[in-house]
Amino acid sequence: MALDVATIKKDFPILERTVHDKRLVYLDSAASSQKPLSVLRAMDAYYETTNANVHRGVYAIAEEATRLYEKARTDVARFMGAGSAAEVVFTKNVTEAINLVAYSWGRTNLAAGDVVVLTEMEHHANLVPWLALKAERGIEIRYIPVDGQGFLDMTRLDEALDGAKLLGVTSVSNVLGTMNPIPRLAEAAHAAGALILVDGAQHAPHMPLDISALGCDFFGLTGHKMLGPTGIGVLWARADLLEAMPPFLCGGEMIRDVRLDGFSTNDVPWKFEAGTPPIAEAVGLSAAVEYLEALGMDEVREHERSLTAYALDALRGAHPDLVVHGPPAADDRGGVISLQYRDVHPHDLSQVLDQAGVCVRAGHHCAKPLMRRLGVSATARASFSVYNDEADVDVLVSALADADALFSL
Amino acid sequence: MPGLEDLYREIILDHYRSPRNRGELPTPPAHAETGFNPLCGDEITLYVQVDDGRLADVKLTGQGCSISQSSASMMSTAVKGLSVDEARAVIRRFKSMMSIHESRLDGGGEGDGGDEDAEAANVKLGDLEALQGVVKFPVRIKCATLAWNTLTQALDAVGASSQQPPG
Repeated sequence: MALDVATIKKDFPILERTVHDKRLVYLDSAASSQKPLSVLRAMDAYYETTNANVHRGVYAIAEEATRLYEKARTDVARFMGAGSAAEVVFTKNVTEAINLVAYSWGRTNLAAGDVVVLTEMEHHANLVPWLALKAERGIEIRYIPVDGQGFLDMTRLDEALDGAKLLGVTSVSNVLGTMNPIPRLAEAAHAAGALILVDGAQHAPHMPLDISALGCDFFGLTGHKMLGPTGIGVLWARADLLEAMPPFLCGGEMIRDVRLDGFSTNDVPWKFEAGTPPIAEAVGLSAAVEYLEALGMDEVREHERSLTAYALDALRGAHPDLVVHGPPAADDRGGVISLQYRDVHPHDLSQVLDQAGVCVRAGHHCAKPLMRRLGVSATARASFSVYNDEADVDVLVSALADADALFSL
Repeated sequence: MPGLEDLYREIILDHYRSPRNRGELPTPPAHAETGFNPLCGDEITLYVQVDDGRLADVKLTGQGCSISQSSASMMSTAVKGLSVDEARAVIRRFKSMMSIHESRLDGGGEGDGGDEDAEAANVKLGDLEALQGVVKFPVRIKCATLAWNTLTQALDAVGASSQQPPG
């Protein structure tokens, strides 16, 4: 059943506000999504009725807080199709999830000359941790190129993977919208003896997720892009990998025993959760996952696919000289549209759109190598979520004409 | 609430559409300095030819938004031909305009009374005054100051190398 966006919009209080006396048209969910009332209320209720540290006190509210925190882990595991909640490690975001892998798994398993394969479309979060390892110990990094339509060029995949220890790839590009063929990439990586790490930041909020079907070894997601709060993300990893990996951050929570001359680590996943975790944020993520599940992730995907198709048609129809980066068809992309409008710089475009109440992201989207590949310094990007509809797209399309009037060269 | 007309004044759009002093200078004798705005990817390379303590020629290349590119263009016309000290005074005056507290915008007050501000207040900015509206859009201030910070770096580098003993 199609999403009832008019009803969904009412669940997001921020969409009732105005900016510059205009209705807020929020088209920047790829940067951070808005939050439904159920998430906000769950977090408030946690602080108002339950707040206590987890895994410590024996009193009633501490036990409740622990139960809510661990329920969030179970909810996320179910949402991801994970076999066990023990494979779900809470982190701050995807960036921390990938850093955890780079520091813990990477520094245990990668030496000078070892190969990590990435792609030209990676977000800095999946580039810089590996570039740091390259600088630190001389690993080799190879890149799968992006073709003219914004797809990964798979023609020399086996060559790139030959002898590699890890393939790191985004599931959905935050710039191009390209949905990468993760199961095929996972198969190729495993055939070459490599593990595969998937940046799922733009996947988890927008389409069904079944970790076992993807065939990956590491998968990161972040709460604030999937209707949840900031400050919480997830690293999912195969249990045997987590067992073998040394801890990343060290301190309280992650230990079994501490002596003056050493320590032993807690079981997974807590081995990787040093210090007091983001408890209220976990409660919020739990509510976000339940909200998305109630909508149905197949329905969410179909809504965003059809809205993207509508937007591509409307934009190209009204502005024939508009350049949209990435795959031409909505079937091949997530709800992300990066565009170049004549000679208008994305910053200026975004400034003009803001006056119409439209929020789009302008910049390099933390993907500077991809910007260079596209031959631009920046793009303006509109991105969709469950609360966007065709009326939002119509405002964007008409506001573009204002930029034309101001900046046409 | 500030409107777009506060930001995109006609003289700014004119410099954006027809940038002045666009191009490169041979290095050496000119000095090249590149500045980045890491937040947005704007980039400017400035070529400065200093002869006898004077900015004999200034050229620039780069890409960016209308604010960063017009500010660079206007800066090049403002400082070309000035002595290094005069150019630094213009930089101080411009940066002071860019740091005016919002509450003083309507009052027209200038400077904090410090010696450098007082000195800088005497420098005439001419067309550059058009960029004053940028301070009402705080995220765009970095766009406007990119070229100026790059010029400061260039003058620092030229000054340092001119103090080196020959050979």
